[in-house]
Amino acid sequence: MEISGWGRHPRIDARVLRPRTFGQLAATVAGEVSLIPRGGGRSYGDSALAPTVVETRHLDQLLAFDPATGVVRCAAGTTFAQLLDALLPHGWFPPVTPGTAAVTVGGAVAADVHGKNHHRDGSFCDHLLSLEVLTESDGVVRCSPTERPELFRATCGGMGLTGVILAATFRLRAVPGPWIEVESHRAPCLEALLERFAAHAQAPYSVAWIDCLARGRRRGRGILELGRHAPGPAAAPREPWRPAVPADLPGWLLARPAMAAFNALYYHRQRRAVTRALRPCRAFFYPLDGIRHWNRLYGRQGFLQYQFVLPAEAAPAGVAAVLDRCAAAGKGSTLAVLKALGPGNDNLLSFPREGLTLALDFRLERDLPAFLQELDRLVVDHGGRHYLAKDARLSAEVFRTTYPRWEEFAAIRERYGGHRRYHSLQSHRLGL
Amino acid sequence: MHNVAIFGATSAIAEAVARRLIKPEARFYLVGRDDERLALVAADLAARGAQVQTQVADLVEVDAEGLVAEVFAALGVVDLILIAYGLLPDQEACEKSLPTTLEAIAVNGTSQVALAMAAAAHLERQGGGTLAAITSVAADRGRRSNYVYGAAKALVATFLAGLRHRFHGRGVRVVDIRPGFVDTPMTARFENKGLLWSSPDRVAGNIVRALEKGSGVYYVPGYWRAIMAVIRALPEGIFHRLPL
Ligand SMILES: Cc1cc2nc3c(=O)[nH]c(=O)nc-3n(C[C@H](O)[C@H](O)[C@H](O)COP(=O)(O)OP(=O)(O)OC[C@H]3O[C@@H](n4cnc5c(N)ncnc54)[C@H](O)[C@@H]3O)c2cc1C
Ligand SMILES: NC(=O)c1ccc[n+]([C@@H]2O[C@H](COP(=O)([O-])OP(=O)(O)OC[C@H]3O[C@@H](n4cnc5c(N)ncnc54)[C@H](OP(=O)(O)O)[C@@H]3O)[C@@H](O)[C@H]2O)c1
Repeated sequence: MEISGWGRHPRIDARVLRPRTFGQLAATVAGEVSLIPRGGGRSYGDSALAPTVVETRHLDQLLAFDPATGVVRCAAGTTFAQLLDALLPHGWFPPVTPGTAAVTVGGAVAADVHGKNHHRDGSFCDHLLSLEVLTESDGVVRCSPTERPELFRATCGGMGLTGVILAATFRLRAVPGPWIEVESHRAPCLEALLERFAAHAQAPYSVAWIDCLARGRRRGRGILELGRHAPGPAAAPREPWRPAVPADLPGWLLARPAMAAFNALYYHRQRRAVTRALRPCRAFFYPLDGIRHWNRLYGRQGFLQYQFVLPAEAAPAGVAAVLDRCAAAGKGSTLAVLKALGPGNDNLLSFPREGLTLALDFRLERDLPAFLQELDRLVVDHGGRHYLAKDARLSAEVFRTTYPRWEEFAAIRERYGGHRRYHSLQSHRLGL
Repeated sequence: MHNVAIFGATSAIAEAVARRLIKPEARFYLVGRDDERLALVAADLAARGAQVQTQVADLVEVDAEGLVAEVFAALGVVDLILIAYGLLPDQEACEKSLPTTLEAIAVNGTSQVALAMAAAAHLERQGGGTLAAITSVAADRGRRSNYVYGAAKALVATFLAGLRHRFHGRGVRVVDIRPGFVDTPMTARFENKGLLWSSPDRVAGNIVRALEKGSGVYYVPGYWRAIMAVIRALPEGIFHRLPL
């Protein structure tokens, strides 16, 4: 069947295998020459694409949960939506969550995902107690920061290339309920926005939406959202109706004029410099999940998300340079997302490092590859790197320059036989 | 509904329903034939706070009366019995092989009638409780692409209608759940799942609402009631020309 990442580019025809037990999964994998694990398919590019994929959708069980300590062990196909449904009523919340609840725990480990709290709490894998991984060389093994630490450091952020993650055990966060107290700050330019970020470095959650089409003294204007878990009304928030985008929309909808208007509207919707509100946590963490299939907005040709991080010292100038390039080229469509990241960890291919990360969506156009190569150069020159979970186009050369520990990774992958069995379109392209 | 028995607990729809039936003091008795899958489903419900017992059995081969007696002995009072297993056979394979046809009728039809009849006796003695089975919209009208499956489902549906009549006004509720298209392992071979397809979790929400309130026939999602009313009403002259 036809599969793709969330950006719907590239799309390929693949055999999709969906084992229903761990035993079936091991047997399935053993019967294939080459494959890649696939979770919720929420990576944007080609990291979960291969002619044969093994999908974890039927392995979505909680295996153990202690409501007293908040330690949970779950099968890799469990989604964040399922975790919230089961655990939030007990007052527990995932320690780190990405921006959509359709991500699976396996996908969150494989990309070592970061959330709006990275500056304080690190990435998802920093909260793992252990993993169970199906490896080519040693069968099913457990690993953790202390047990087979080399396999752990390679599998966390390893994009499915070391083996299939079967289950994960991690510590949850105690929360007072399903509500988030949100404080929104409007900032008229990038400098002002970065000042607000710095002033609120202690906020538990923070993220900014910026208007990437604003130029001149408005460059980088945006809205900084700060959040903290807060007690709220006893009644749980109502599940809102979720409209769906029923079909592909024509591509011009997201062309420059319409997008410039949308961005400006979003910015000006907030009238006052600072506003406060109590929001259901799902609305705060997963704003786009409110519209199912929103990726169809970009039309059938799909789109690319371009996310990179720049180290703290170089970040303000680097982000400004990228925004200038986008504005000059008239590229960049929906809202761009800017986040301050805290220090990175020891995982060999994990993306986060201390600095700023910016994510931009681009609809596919003929001149996009050349334009993105220009941005690549800016990112590399500023000492940054790209997020593999969003990538569908990076060159092996840029990857190797910006992920200097790739050789260590390749050696561990080889030690566990992953190089013989697990390959994605992305791993081939990156020369892994 | 605290004490729940599920026949075919490894089904994707049943698993989603069971998760939604979790509440403090929930107790489950799960029966299925794939022991590893059954243990996985049981571990999940236990992690969510339920007490769970399992039994591995092929529900076509099993002694229905004996199994139902064991369930009642284990749970004491049984609030809900859900028959959820099934098999969607390849219609062409059925047409070429009588054993294949009869097996499909046994899985989806006669074996379920056996369990329902045995359960009815216990529920009658208990003086209350709910008996539910997942049949299908395919029960509503025979069509060339799946009439073996549809006929077996219709057998169960008509049997349940009779039980409902028998128990009218006597506290035992009988629920016939008719899903439309649900994206589960049973339907994995169909590609291009369009607008009419639902997730197991979505239909589980509808099913739990039906189990909690009612007695009768429930189409899930609800819009299938209208679709099937049209399908049933079409004269054969038109129906036979449709690509169904
Ligand atoms: C709207 C949206 C918002 C997002 N927001 C964020 C965000 O805030 N922060 C962030 O970090 N990311 C974010 N992402 C990206 C997303 O979190 C990652 O791409 C994540 O890896 C997707 O997980 P998945 O389960 O969908 O996996 P897939 O996309 O199916 O796979 C992603 C990678 O994980 C591997 N993988 C999946 N399951 C397993 C397994 N069981 N064993 C081994 N490898 C496995 C695959 O091989 C592949 O390399 C966002 C994505 C979307 C669509
Ligand atoms: N999916 C749909 O679109 C749809 C539509 C209408 C009605 N339904 C009905 O919904 C019910 C649940 O199906 P599903 O969609 O959830 O599919 P499913 O996940 O494939 O579930 C079917 C289950 O039945 C079990 N089973 C089959 N024969 C059995 C036997 N002899 N003994 C014990 N267990 C047996 C299977 O077990 P194994 O794993 O061991 O094979 C499987 O777990 C079925 O009655 C089906 O007919 C489904």
